[in-house]
Amino acid sequence: MILDVLPIALLGGVLGLDVVSFPQAMISRPLVAATITGILIGQPASGLLIGATLELIALETLPFGASRYPEWGSASVVGGAIFSSNPSHPAGAMTCAIVAALATTWVGGWTMVKLRQANAVWAGQRREALEAGSRGAVISLQLVGMTADLLRGIALTAIAYALLAPLAEFCIRTWTMDARVSRAIAVATAASVAGGAAWKLFHSTAGARWFFIGGLVAGLFFLFLR
Amino acid sequence: MSAAAQPAPRAVRIPELPFRTRLSIFIRMLAIQGAWNYESLLGNGIGFCVEPALQLLPEGIHSARFKSALAREAHYFNAHPYLAAIAVGALARAELDGEPPERIERFRTALCGPLGSVGDRLVWAGWLPLCSLASLALFGTGASTLAVVAFFLLAYNLGHFGLRIWGLRTGWTHGLRVATALGNPVLRQGPQQIGRLAALATGIAIPLALGRVIGPGRNLLGFVLVAVALGSLLIVRLKGRIEGWRLSLFVLAAFVLISVIA
Repeated sequence: MILDVLPIALLGGVLGLDVVSFPQAMISRPLVAATITGILIGQPASGLLIGATLELIALETLPFGASRYPEWGSASVVGGAIFSSNPSHPAGAMTCAIVAALATTWVGGWTMVKLRQANAVWAGQRREALEAGSRGAVISLQLVGMTADLLRGIALTAIAYALLAPLAEFCIRTWTMDARVSRAIAVATAASVAGGAAWKLFHSTAGARWFFIGGLVAGLFFLFLR
Repeated sequence: MSAAAQPAPRAVRIPELPFRTRLSIFIRMLAIQGAWNYESLLGNGIGFCVEPALQLLPEGIHSARFKSALAREAHYFNAHPYLAAIAVGALARAELDGEPPERIERFRTALCGPLGSVGDRLVWAGWLPLCSLASLALFGTGASTLAVVAFFLLAYNLGHFGLRIWGLRTGWTHGLRVATALGNPVLRQGPQQIGRLAALATGIAIPLALGRVIGPGRNLLGFVLVAVALGSLLIVRLKGRIEGWRLSLFVLAAFVLISVIA
């Protein structure tokens, strides 16, 4: 079990670090993070599928300033691992993976707040040295914060995966609803969040509504052309 | 003296930062939020990033000048992490030019607000959703795993790294007069233009992504599209009373319970 969890946890730590601390290159976005997890498990296509679905939800939660927002890096690893571990995509696999990722992202947001509070405590402990312009204090505070963030991501992913993966497996085994309908409900919920998020982001932009309608017509045209 | 006889204005020579120092600052900028906290916010990160430039002070790193400059730079600061590069470049220049400390303090205070709001609108509310939606549209067309992920990472980070490099260079070039750089057309009009493109990408991406995730079957897809329209409307009408992602967690968790128990 530990050997199963360890690579997933390490990946969750690295991708959790990307959310805020280093390097914010958005490898922590679900589209990327869940796909990388799929690759790790040997199921890149499954990773991409769940990553794209989670990305629709993540569009609503952008990392604005000091606001409290969900942590998607570690959460996408948990969701991606649960979905990719079921490569035949049985009924309920996608729904369970999304619920696991959403629960992890919620707790992840809380752990980030705690980390920021801890950073303030560590800065307070070095206040005199910082006021005196100590090079060592400035650099060590930065390194301690980043290390703590990495460990936070590792611990969060390990605990979430260890708890939620068996629960998800149980739910998938006892699932009664049709597979395609289940997946349709899951992805419709995710896309509804994306639609609401896009409205909030762009409705005040002049002309954006017409661009959206134009895009929608083109999207539907391509969809029904296939 | 006639105008023609006047000497040409002397070109101001901008000193160059050594490549190693620039590289060191750039790598540190990627970790600028490493010690982000609710008291000094980005402050320690600014000190951390400016420090390689302060090492160039002629008095050396054990001098009072170095220590007072580093202490000043590690004070409270708030900005968008990418656009903070402008502040890092400008502050490094100001410290090396020996600007008076009070002037540097005033400059830091004045720069906080604009760098935060401009960056949030340009990157978090513009570039990131645009790249994400464009990648989802590409996913919906049936592109390969590698193509979708590579497209997102390349497109996003072209803007990300480009903004950081431009910010550092602009800040260093203009020093304390960097406020003029915030009038750059990309920063002023970029969010509007990106917003329109992102709206276009939203329209294309949602139906195509739904189509790929659900798979073949027009009837089911038609129902889903109607459900998405109604669901989006509901989330908009809720006006933030509950965030969409939390609502979706409750809805899907209830669905899991029903599907397992029923």
